[in-house]
Amino acid sequence: MFGRLKQMLIKEFIQVFRDKRTRFILIGPPIIQMMVFGYAANYEIRHVPTVVLDLDHSQESRELVSRFTSSLYFDVQRQLTDSRQLGDLIERGDATVGLEIDAGFAQKLRSGQTAPLQVIVDATNSNTALIASGYISQIAQGFAAQYQRDRINRIAPQLIEVMPQVELAPRPWYNPDLSSRWFFVPGIIGSLTLVLVITLTAFAVVREREIGTLEQMMVTPIRPAEFILGKTLPFFLIGIFDVTLIAVVGSLWFQVPFRGHVSVLALGAVLFILCMLGVGLLISTISATQQQAMVTSFFFIMPAITFSGFGFPISTMPHWMQLFSYVIPLRYFLIVIRGTYLKGVGMDILWPQMAAMAGLGVALLTVSILRFHKALD
Amino acid sequence: MPEITNSVEPISVEVANLVKRFGDFVAVDQINLEVRKGEVFGFIGPNGAGKSTTIRMLCGLLKPTSGRAMVAGFDVSKNPEAVRQNIGYMSQKFSLYNDLTVIENLRLFAGLYSVPQNILQSRIEWALTMANLKGQENLITGTLPGGWKQRLALGCAVLHKPPVIFLDEPTSGVDPITRRQFWDLIHQMAEEGVTVFVTTHYMEEAEYCNRLALIFRGKIVALGTPTELKRDSMKGELLLVECAPLGAAVEALQSAPGVMDAAVFGNALHLVVEDAATAMPLLQKFLVDRKIAVSRMEKIRPSLEDVFVSLTTGRDTEERKP
Repeated sequence: MFGRLKQMLIKEFIQVFRDKRTRFILIGPPIIQMMVFGYAANYEIRHVPTVVLDLDHSQESRELVSRFTSSLYFDVQRQLTDSRQLGDLIERGDATVGLEIDAGFAQKLRSGQTAPLQVIVDATNSNTALIASGYISQIAQGFAAQYQRDRINRIAPQLIEVMPQVELAPRPWYNPDLSSRWFFVPGIIGSLTLVLVITLTAFAVVREREIGTLEQMMVTPIRPAEFILGKTLPFFLIGIFDVTLIAVVGSLWFQVPFRGHVSVLALGAVLFILCMLGVGLLISTISATQQQAMVTSFFFIMPAITFSGFGFPISTMPHWMQLFSYVIPLRYFLIVIRGTYLKGVGMDILWPQMAAMAGLGVALLTVSILRFHKALD
Repeated sequence: MPEITNSVEPISVEVANLVKRFGDFVAVDQINLEVRKGEVFGFIGPNGAGKSTTIRMLCGLLKPTSGRAMVAGFDVSKNPEAVRQNIGYMSQKFSLYNDLTVIENLRLFAGLYSVPQNILQSRIEWALTMANLKGQENLITGTLPGGWKQRLALGCAVLHKPPVIFLDEPTSGVDPITRRQFWDLIHQMAEEGVTVFVTTHYMEEAEYCNRLALIFRGKIVALGTPTELKRDSMKGELLLVECAPLGAAVEALQSAPGVMDAAVFGNALHLVVEDAATAMPLLQKFLVDRKIAVSRMEKIRPSLEDVFVSLTTGRDTEERKP
């Protein structure tokens, strides 16, 4: 048994390391994805291009605009003179936010009326528009509160004493700077292992079927179990290697803190990779050619990442889709990854996720091995 | 492997009422045959006749629907693992690992067949010599010419000295000289007592076999030595006719009385007739009446190809009759 398995493993490793393309796949994509998600994928908004049309030219209006100018979130690029210019700049995409202050703004404030600030936001990217609107209303409210206090102070200083105020004291736990990078980089461990292990496994088995070596192997005394083990063990080790690589680069290069126990993350990675080997094998049993395997993998990978909570929060999905996410192993692994990285929690909290992955892994591997046996006939 | 001490060579492949169905399609229909130790047994038939399906069942790759097949003393349905240890298999599609070197492929298969460590080196040397690949051990298999690959595949299939080897169209796509050398290897192994079960659709290769089975639409339609088949399996007798113009002659002869089949063979015609002696004078007159000059007409011994064509086309026409 071990003799034949050993031969299979020797062969697999020679094949993986002899092929330049495969060698690259082990190192290249993890690094590239790290760079993409570490630097480019970002939910934060900074320096939103902003234009201002101030038709009031009052001290008050200048005061309001200066609050935007000094904010990190907005980049006030131009002062306009005509409302047509504003529409034009938004349409061209040169500005995302347009602020319009009509004549009489200061007049209304001084007489104690409500003064409008018209805000035009390019909402083609709904996410940016939403966040920007939040910041704008924060700035406008800050301005209004300050203005009120100043006036009361001048007219009836004694009233200041009885004016109630609420002060916000936000304490974002685990990620005090609200950095998207801390959210994304650990997640790559999950998404990348998923893509890599599924495709490598599916392709390796389908290729043997396609070129006929699978048949040649099956007339030797090798048992299907030895063949499957010989095929999957190398990819299991490669998966572990890539998890380690991403974890190390993430910690050293991007300075994402790791607060939990390495052993908890390692256990999660092992269970998750077993699930992915099961999926890869399953795809190989339903694909006759490498092309079919590619299409099938794609159909699995896209929803698996979408429903996992990698980028979009699961809690905002419709209820029936949330149910679907329970069979996605990545969902659980991401909780384990983010739990160990940022929260520093251990098995006492993460055991349900571990149990779910173990269950899914056993189920996937059993089905795919049974199907593999059947596919041989 | 059970030892049989007998004056006749023991049977190494025995097939009884073997059937394979895929849904409604009967790929192999109740075939029976026996192959003795050291025999080169040829399995011939057109594509899709059931040759590969039969071989795949005998190698334990496919489960028979019914019937029994014993290979090297083991039942293929009950003990496929023992069968696999005792056979070598080479498929029509070259299926070694192209990205491994020659020696890596040999070591892999030696390991899979559990060739003992102490004789491993000598077996690999032997296979390299046989395949004429000494000195080429470190070449990447994918870069070898077709004939070399084929010999390497044979080498890998027989490293563990199996008593029976199955070759599924081993020479398809190989040049004639390499093919000839390949058959020399096969005969050499047969002399050493290896049973060789080979499929082919090259008729001249069929002549190299000790015995042949002709399979057509899942059934064995003829079984015997090449000489027996040529002597006994032909329906009617064969005439060679040299005449001009050939085209007009073959067209006319298709419908001539007493002619069962007419076909162009090189620059002459082969006619199948019931009885050569009675047909010859009649046909001579038939052709002359149609202004076709006959330079030669004689009874000849059929080749395997004639037998093959007559057996298969005969069945075709029979089946088309309502």
